Amino acid sequence: MPPILVIARLTVQESSRRRLLLALLILTLLVVGFSAWGFNKITTVTNSSGNTLPADQVAVVTSQLLIVIVFMFSGVLALSAAVVSGPLISGEVESGLLLSMLARPVRRSEIVIGKWLGLAILVGIYAAGAGFLEMAAVDWATGYVPPHPADLIAYVAAEGLVLLSLGMLLSTRLPGITAGVIALVAWLIAWIAGVVGDIGTGLQNQALENVGIVSHLLLPSDGLWRGAIFAMEPDVLIASMRALGTFGRANPFAAIDPPPIQFLGWVVVWFALMLALSVWSFRTREI
Amino acid sequence: MAEVAEQTKGAASQGAAHIAPAVKTVELTKRFGHTVALAGLSMEVPRGEVFGFLGPNGAGKTTAVKLLLGLLKPSSGEGWLLGKPVGDLGTRRHIGYLPELFRYQTWLSAAEVLALHCELAPLPRSSWKDEIRTVLDTVGLTDRANDRVGTFSKGMQQRLGLGAALLGEPELVFLDEPTSALDPVGRHDVREIIRGLTSRGTAVFLNSHLLSEVEQVCDRVAVVDHGRVIAAGTMDELLGGTAVRVRATGLSQADKNKLSDFGRIDDEGDQLTFNKLNPDRVPDLVTAIVAAGGRVYEVAPRHQTLEDRFLQLLEDEQK
Repeated sequence: MPPILVIARLTVQESSRRRLLLALLILTLLVVGFSAWGFNKITTVTNSSGNTLPADQVAVVTSQLLIVIVFMFSGVLALSAAVVSGPLISGEVESGLLLSMLARPVRRSEIVIGKWLGLAILVGIYAAGAGFLEMAAVDWATGYVPPHPADLIAYVAAEGLVLLSLGMLLSTRLPGITAGVIALVAWLIAWIAGVVGDIGTGLQNQALENVGIVSHLLLPSDGLWRGAIFAMEPDVLIASMRALGTFGRANPFAAIDPPPIQFLGWVVVWFALMLALSVWSFRTREI
Repeated sequence: MAEVAEQTKGAASQGAAHIAPAVKTVELTKRFGHTVALAGLSMEVPRGEVFGFLGPNGAGKTTAVKLLLGLLKPSSGEGWLLGKPVGDLGTRRHIGYLPELFRYQTWLSAAEVLALHCELAPLPRSSWKDEIRTVLDTVGLTDRANDRVGTFSKGMQQRLGLGAALLGEPELVFLDEPTSALDPVGRHDVREIIRGLTSRGTAVFLNSHLLSEVEQVCDRVAVVDHGRVIAAGTMDELLGGTAVRVRATGLSQADKNKLSDFGRIDDEGDQLTFNKLNPDRVPDLVTAIVAAGGRVYEVAPRHQTLEDRFLQLLEDEQK
């Protein structure tokens, strides 16, 4: 097996043996179970005339609640990615764990890419597993299925990968706890900057709008989150927000358009840059 | 014809690599900012020999090993392992390394850690089972093969690290303070393992400040202090000469100064130790003391230990 895959397997194995996967599985099942119960209540809600809500309204309410739940999932994923990737390299350099491995015929680039790949697999599995379970629970409880389920999972996974990539880059030089905290704070700042950008759009203020654009380019987590939101919204909601014009774009928990293809292209370039920088940074680090 | 010439050249190159020393450095230097961690290290370790790299804490021993393994980049100078420049990936297939800061995956079993190193080495999968069994037996961990490393004592983890360094019958093994966590039995075992390595032609680069240990197993040593090699050679060369302790009274300071012709004197009043004095000159020394009016009560030749020599070298260095 090539060293990259050996390191990737070792990374997955570590998460499994340290019971991180088990902990996430139990917590996810709990959230999915409670949310299914909650979603089921939407179908029993009655309007002023005593009738249950029509299907369109159930879809709108469900999609809004689903966005909040998925925001929590994406938060858990981003937090876990930042916490796990922060000490990914530096923790093993400081403890000496990497010393004997680096004396083997293994390139440092293989260590970096292997670790990224291992955690990327875990992020993908978590996003797909949690996303599928939550959507299945919502479908069972309300009959609502998001219009773009595969896109939703891909956007949430990509957001986790953004945090993983940033955390790992920082981890090649900074102590684990510092790298993890910086990645987490950067994620929150990017989200707030995205909200500022939305407000700028609503107020038609170019300077505020630019804050959102620049933050999406520097750390594309919020831009990807907007893609996840769009994938969850029913057409009727998107149509009504479009009718509001620029004010319809000023909601941090709503998206009128999917992320532009140029942005998605930039995300691919951003990942490549992060990996290249991580490899360069670790290769030039003295151990 | 050109192909034959190329093959001949290749064979010659392989031959040269084969007879090349296990380790060779020329003016290898490492600076961290203004601090010189290693200053112009030039040395050779022949194949199949045990080389002891001695020095007090912070002398630059671990820096030298890390430079040779490519974990640090030299500020200047060059180094070769097994005839190939330091950092050559292929050469690492033939090298074992036990770091001073030994740490292994606590969530794996001892056998799994060794299997991981077999995979990274890389050794043929068919040989893993035998390799792992052999090294576990060598380092005395056979009965803990399937236990998690997290449950091991520090000494057991160091044994495991030593086992990992021995996988695949390497041609060169770096052992950085290999007995720092071991009890006397463990230290004895390590000495036996090192002897076993040399008997099959493996060169051992032993970093240590445990001088009695080095004295027992090393063919050649270098003493490093403040990043500089202050003495190097075979054990015989380094410990050459016998120290002679004389107990005598009635000698003035001027008389003692005259006796310095017999070698460097450690003056402790009535006790005079003449370092590196050839035993053939002992009668002349006694005659000289008596001629100067001294009364000789005891003359005791004694062989210098590595510790004596080491302390003497450091003392000379500080003067």
